[in-house]
Amino acid sequence: MNAVPEIRPEMQPRVSRKFRLQWEDAQQAWVLLYPEGMVKLNQSAGEILKRCDGAHSVDELVADLERTFGTTGLHADVIAFLAMARQQHWVEV
Amino acid sequence: MNAPAPVTAQPGPPLWLLAELTYRCPLHCVFCYNPVDFAHTPDELSTDEWLRVLREARAAGSVQCGFSGGEPLLRDDLEVLVAEAHRLGFYTNLLTSGVGLTATRAAALKQAGLDHIQLSFQDSTRELNDFLSHTRTFDLKQRVAAIIKDNDWPMVMNCVIHRLNIDYIGEIIDMAVALDAEYLELANSQYYSWAMLNRDQLLPSREQIERAERITNERRERYGDRIRIFFVVPDYYENRPKKCMNGWGNVFLTITPDGTALPCHTARMLPGLNFPNVRDMDVKRIWFESEGFNRYRGHGWMKEPCQSCPEKEKDHGGCRCQAYMLTGDAAAADPVCDKSPRHDVVMAAVARAQSDEVVVRDIPLVFRTPEESRRRPVLAIAPSADPAHEPR
Repeated sequence: MNAVPEIRPEMQPRVSRKFRLQWEDAQQAWVLLYPEGMVKLNQSAGEILKRCDGAHSVDELVADLERTFGTTGLHADVIAFLAMARQQHWVEV
Repeated sequence: MNAPAPVTAQPGPPLWLLAELTYRCPLHCVFCYNPVDFAHTPDELSTDEWLRVLREARAAGSVQCGFSGGEPLLRDDLEVLVAEAHRLGFYTNLLTSGVGLTATRAAALKQAGLDHIQLSFQDSTRELNDFLSHTRTFDLKQRVAAIIKDNDWPMVMNCVIHRLNIDYIGEIIDMAVALDAEYLELANSQYYSWAMLNRDQLLPSREQIERAERITNERRERYGDRIRIFFVVPDYYENRPKKCMNGWGNVFLTITPDGTALPCHTARMLPGLNFPNVRDMDVKRIWFESEGFNRYRGHGWMKEPCQSCPEKEKDHGGCRCQAYMLTGDAAAADPVCDKSPRHDVVMAAVARAQSDEVVVRDIPLVFRTPEESRRRPVLAIAPSADPAHEPR
């Protein structure tokens, strides 16, 4: 078992089948739902996770985020978040 | 006393909707949290009324929906309600004893969009399981666990822990792993309703709890990622109260079989509070405006020692029902807290639990049956310093 799973740029992360990602109007936030529980995501976590569709690579996902928010240099932050999200079993790669 | 407490901030939405579809149940568990006078409950909500409740709650911001009871599978419209909840965007949970979950019914629930099933077990040994639930259901639960896995649902097993089964905790965990459960909740019985009537027989000794925690930790080591195990000690052994329901009217909304809206499963026992019914009032208004839901929000209602306590944000003074049951005053500090002037009541129950004498051996358990329930007057749990010792 690898304690800190590595996230590589070509990986295609997807939200784990154990969770359901959905936008909640009442909370104005993306949430992850699971049996009898919920994780309320902050804006950047939500923006990353909603792009984890299993069809796009980490590199493509970063490019899309940078384009959408008119910024650069998000790569390291996204990788760090995805490593944490994988540890939490929120995403599979 | 009767003025609603000042509410400083607008509460968030009722994220958790618990739909108690019926009080009917094939089991007769001695620790059931359903009210002891459940048999006096009038008509259950109709299918159309529940559908309206689901829509109103979703509009108010509810997102987790638990279908519970009693045994929710006894409602033959369960599939209809699950389908509507799913369509509305709820995450749907079925909390069941498993009685009535055939392969056919499971397939229909899957089709309706049910997200998850929590299966309750009383114990891992058939004899004790059947004794405690008063039925022969153990084999059935093993079949149901297989059905749950066959339908690819995540499975949470729930086993209420108490004095009579806590010594088998290792076997319970082994069984959960054998049944491929992803989560196992080993929640010690909380002393409300039927469990309160049976408290002296159900409260484990300190030695039993310490041993159970040790064994649970050993099993966590052994099984690693295969299963997540939650172990909840009885609050009687804590010196600070639990933050009950994560705060009164904060995230949790229960609708009882007859449509009464409550901030927790047992709040109907509290005196002087008129909880609204979904037949008369919209869920949003119930949640944000009703006197019952606003009564214990914020801190304005608190008395000493809570009012000046630096920890009041942390636990909100504990549980209002427990305060009422054990002190006769719903606004008092939960006597689990060692700052409570009535902490002695909890200490006395704990002291009795350390011996194996009279109370534990000689008082018969009260099973949750309609006959027992009908024998009890409405709102049978009267305030008393020691309700477990009321004459039966």
